[in-house]
Amino acid sequence: MKNHSLGTAGRFRRSRSLGRTWENMIPKLLLACALISVFTTLGIIGTLISETTSFFSQVSFGEFFTETKWTALFHESQQHFGVWPLIAGTLLVTGIAAIVAVPIGLASAIYLSEYANPKVSKVLKPILEVLAGVPTIVYGFFALTFVTPLLRGLLPEMGVFNALSAGIVVGIMIIPLIASLSEDAMSAVPKNIREAAYAMGCTKFEVALKVVVPAALSGIIASFVLGLSRAIGETMIVTIAAGSTPQLTLDPTESVQTMTSFIVQAATGDNSFGSTAYGAIYAVGMTLFLFTLVMNLLAQYISRRFKEEY
Amino acid sequence: MSQATMTRNAIQIKDLDLYYGEKQALKKINMSIEEKTVVALIGPSGCGKSTFLRTLNRMNDMIPGVRIDGTITMHDEDIYNKEIDVEMLRKEVGMVFQAPNPFPKSIYDNVAYGPRVHGQRNRKILDEIVERSLRQAALWEEVKDRLKDRATGLSGGQQQRLCIARTLAVEPEIVLMDEPTSALDPISTAKIEELIQELKQKYTIIIVTHNMQQAARISDRTAFFLNGELVEEDKTERLFSNPKDQRTEDYITGRFG
Ligand SMILES: Nc1ncnc2c1ncn2[C@@H]1O[C@H](COP(=O)(O)OP(=O)(O)O)[C@@H](O)[C@H]1O
Ligand SMILES: [Mg+2]
Repeated sequence: MKNHSLGTAGRFRRSRSLGRTWENMIPKLLLACALISVFTTLGIIGTLISETTSFFSQVSFGEFFTETKWTALFHESQQHFGVWPLIAGTLLVTGIAAIVAVPIGLASAIYLSEYANPKVSKVLKPILEVLAGVPTIVYGFFALTFVTPLLRGLLPEMGVFNALSAGIVVGIMIIPLIASLSEDAMSAVPKNIREAAYAMGCTKFEVALKVVVPAALSGIIASFVLGLSRAIGETMIVTIAAGSTPQLTLDPTESVQTMTSFIVQAATGDNSFGSTAYGAIYAVGMTLFLFTLVMNLLAQYISRRFKEEY
Repeated sequence: MSQATMTRNAIQIKDLDLYYGEKQALKKINMSIEEKTVVALIGPSGCGKSTFLRTLNRMNDMIPGVRIDGTITMHDEDIYNKEIDVEMLRKEVGMVFQAPNPFPKSIYDNVAYGPRVHGQRNRKILDEIVERSLRQAALWEEVKDRLKDRATGLSGGQQQRLCIARTLAVEPEIVLMDEPTSALDPISTAKIEELIQELKQKYTIIIVTHNMQQAARISDRTAFFLNGELVEEDKTERLFSNPKDQRTEDYITGRFG
């Protein structure tokens, strides 16, 4: 009996052993590629931590987080390392960006997902995505050479470098991101839920605002958080348009310095390696990293915790 | 007075044609639907039952390229008249869909949704509406202790009854149901059939079903559609026992699908 079935022996035997070897190596190669980015990230964090630690051996934690004066690049006798002016500058620009980008981004998403006919959104979505890929230095010049003069026409006392112009343009920069991600979340809301609302006598706007937006809320909020974390990390626009005056202010007409623009200023200046000012780059970088890390974790948490099940 | 003169027509359909672009999906439909009856729409798939049902609350309006001729009269008004407020019409003509489609909200918020949209803000009145609608949909006992739970956690049959409650909460006169039990198990189906018998005391119900036994069990009148035409419409017993049209007879005896 057994012999009988062995008549076709070899049919399931491995014959392509070379192919098999490749087949076994592929996952390892892919893993290696994935590990490159993991190790790079770990390397960056490692450098940040070690440089930050050595900075804090020269400047106390207390000074860094309680003092309100930041003059890291002054002569040693006049140096102050209170990070709050940089945090305030960052939050000011980010706040202005949020005021611009959240409503406009959400409105664009509602338009694209609920109102635009499919042909229109097929054209508009790629444009949005291209806009999201414009180099930020272009936005920076747009701020300095177009938005700032416009604003100064309205507010003549305002200086050339100000948080308002930079914030508005950072907001414009993140609109495509927010619109595109929110639109994805809203388009994922099933059609039959919309139909239920229409069949109850809801208008289009009521369906959009009271059914689709709540149903897609986790994705929408995650898009806000991601957009704002981009705003916090944004560098070129603020370097060009917001000035480089670290000051503890929430007045949008003032010139401010953000964490990122300080890093640019310090890194492009001639600070000797190992000096306290040099170490400040890492301490500020670490603070910035923690900010954006928290924002990203928050975005992930929101979209997971409040994930809608349809 | 006789029965016939006491009843009123809820809907009067005259020479209704509907086109999806070039394709005609409904052909010269004429039909009257009496108040507080259950009318079943049967016919092979693709014959236009859903299309017909959706003309009654103008849900086809949203599909691009749809054209409609003829008149549909409710309360002495042509619902396709330009002056008609479609939202008000849909408030009077509710709809339950084939697959349960609760909102991703709580049970309470699902039922309260319609009244809220139509301006009801008073918490006490909303509580009353929610309880009454859930009772009418025979769901109250099962969910009264967990009104704040998410509706998507209910079973399919419960979800469908919730969708019925949600429809009833806006107090329509007419309830359209498009194969409401086709996605449900037999026990849930039986519950909903029973519920329909209750509801016809207060509402006019028009139900599409692919299941002839169901039509025979629950409806007062049955309309048989074929290729966009209304072939025959009659008292349910009569249509099933003594059809006038050969095509109806062929269909109900299973001679074609
Ligand atoms: N949105 C639509 N666009 C174009 N044709 C449609 C659309 N909906 C339905 N139809 C067509 O209209 C006819 C009737 O469909 P439908 O009313 O869904 O039938 P039933 O509900 O009886 O199965 C079918 O031939 C179908 O292909
Ligand atoms: Mg159908």
